[in-house]
Amino acid sequence: MTDVHIVGAGIHAFGRTPDMTGLDQGVFAVREALADAGVNWADMQFAFGGSSAAGSADAALPRLGLTGVQFINISNGCATGGSSLLSGYWAIKSGEFDIGVVLGFDKHPRGAFNADPEASGLPMWYGETGMMLTTQFFAMKIRRYMDLHGISNASLGRVAVKAFENGALTPHAWRRDPVDLDTVLNSQMVSDPLTKFMFCSPAEGGVAMILASDRKMRELGLTGPKVRGAAVRTRPRGSFEVFAPSLDVERGVAPTVLASKAAYEMAGVGPDEINVAQIQDTESGAEIMHMSENGFCADGEQEAWLTDGVTSLTGRLPVNTDGGCLACGEPIGASGLRQVYENVQQLRGRAEGRQVANAKLAYSQVYGAPGLSAVAILEA
Amino acid sequence: MVGAGGKVEGSVMSIAVADGLFLESADGIVLMAGRRKADGEMRFPMPKGPEAALYDAMRLAPEGKLWSYTVQRFRPKTPPYIGDDDDKSFKPFAVGYVEFPGQVIVEGRILVDDPATLKIGLPMKVALEAFPTSTRGDVITYAFRPV
Repeated sequence: MTDVHIVGAGIHAFGRTPDMTGLDQGVFAVREALADAGVNWADMQFAFGGSSAAGSADAALPRLGLTGVQFINISNGCATGGSSLLSGYWAIKSGEFDIGVVLGFDKHPRGAFNADPEASGLPMWYGETGMMLTTQFFAMKIRRYMDLHGISNASLGRVAVKAFENGALTPHAWRRDPVDLDTVLNSQMVSDPLTKFMFCSPAEGGVAMILASDRKMRELGLTGPKVRGAAVRTRPRGSFEVFAPSLDVERGVAPTVLASKAAYEMAGVGPDEINVAQIQDTESGAEIMHMSENGFCADGEQEAWLTDGVTSLTGRLPVNTDGGCLACGEPIGASGLRQVYENVQQLRGRAEGRQVANAKLAYSQVYGAPGLSAVAILEA
Repeated sequence: MVGAGGKVEGSVMSIAVADGLFLESADGIVLMAGRRKADGEMRFPMPKGPEAALYDAMRLAPEGKLWSYTVQRFRPKTPPYIGDDDDKSFKPFAVGYVEFPGQVIVEGRILVDDPATLKIGLPMKVALEAFPTSTRGDVITYAFRPV
């Protein structure tokens, strides 16, 4: 079977762009990705794309060109971008297609997401009485994790400080100013133990990537990182997820653990071989828990890792080198692809100012509602 | 009966936020869960509609232990929230999961004067709360409070 490569990558900077729709930002990203690869829209044999709140991705077609290309809209919660990547990967891996594009974009209103109980198969009273909030879920998951594994408030703060340090170095980031530890820890409490600076915000942005088979890449004289492994997994029984009125007393693992394991097996590598990682940091605690769920460290080791700077840009395993969701915000349809975009930049030596030296294997993991995780492992 | 941050006497004609969530037993207020006939998996609330036929209704214990918790510091968005519709008068509330050993872990609002006194493992009991809504007066919902 052929290998799959990312031969072009484009992004519209995350944040708030009042004069552009989500779709505008998606189209911008596709044009950038095409230019990066030096190919034309007419060369695209397939497209997979999605947004959560900014309309159908295939609304990009009249702008990009009505070529009759196979375009499939992807809607898979917070793993929409990761699912588009996986779909493009399979399309080429199967031998049916040689080159195509995956895209994701979004534009959300300010503040926490509105949640619709019935759309999630839940009774109305659950939302009516103030329990259907992703912020509460993340707070309660990290509260328990901190108690069980000895994680301090300072560690929550260090994750945010690192995110804003990295964001300051990243052109596509939204928050470009460093924030010190005291400010993070003493900012407004949102959902205990998490403060305002520990949470990411809904945002806007667009990302696109051109995927090609090994043969097509060589034929066109292109280069680009190889997709070594990619997997999406949903919540298994006993996992703790958003919007859960009740949980099993017998506890199970998180969907990230399953997706991570599957991707490592596909790639034939282990967590200790990864050089740079982008992992879901909806809030500071999520990054801490995902360090373990993705196999990088044991539960509780994060405390020492963060104190020692292991996940900082100059550490052994830099994590969220572009500032992650905390500094970039979270446009749902684009967020997972933003992680992959950053890994492409790192592997191609283009991450000026935040470049991880000698990065060969890059890992990304997006997680979110309603309890699913998408992982991709790239090789330079 | 027990209300938000205070007491509400039972003489008030209040309506439950939904049917079938709780009942008053000799042991106190208990929640009504469902146990799946096929494999014994328990969930709260007891499923409704066609799914209900696959479950046996059962009462949870009146007391459990706090499994995790947080404080909702900002007013949740409406919809779906039907509580206080004014950011200025909104009062933060605690929320958490209580584990009923051998049964199921249930999420609920928490009635406590000082959330700083909450701690994982704290014994909690099921209570009723008069929940003031912006649309239909007070409704009665279940909540948890430290024993």
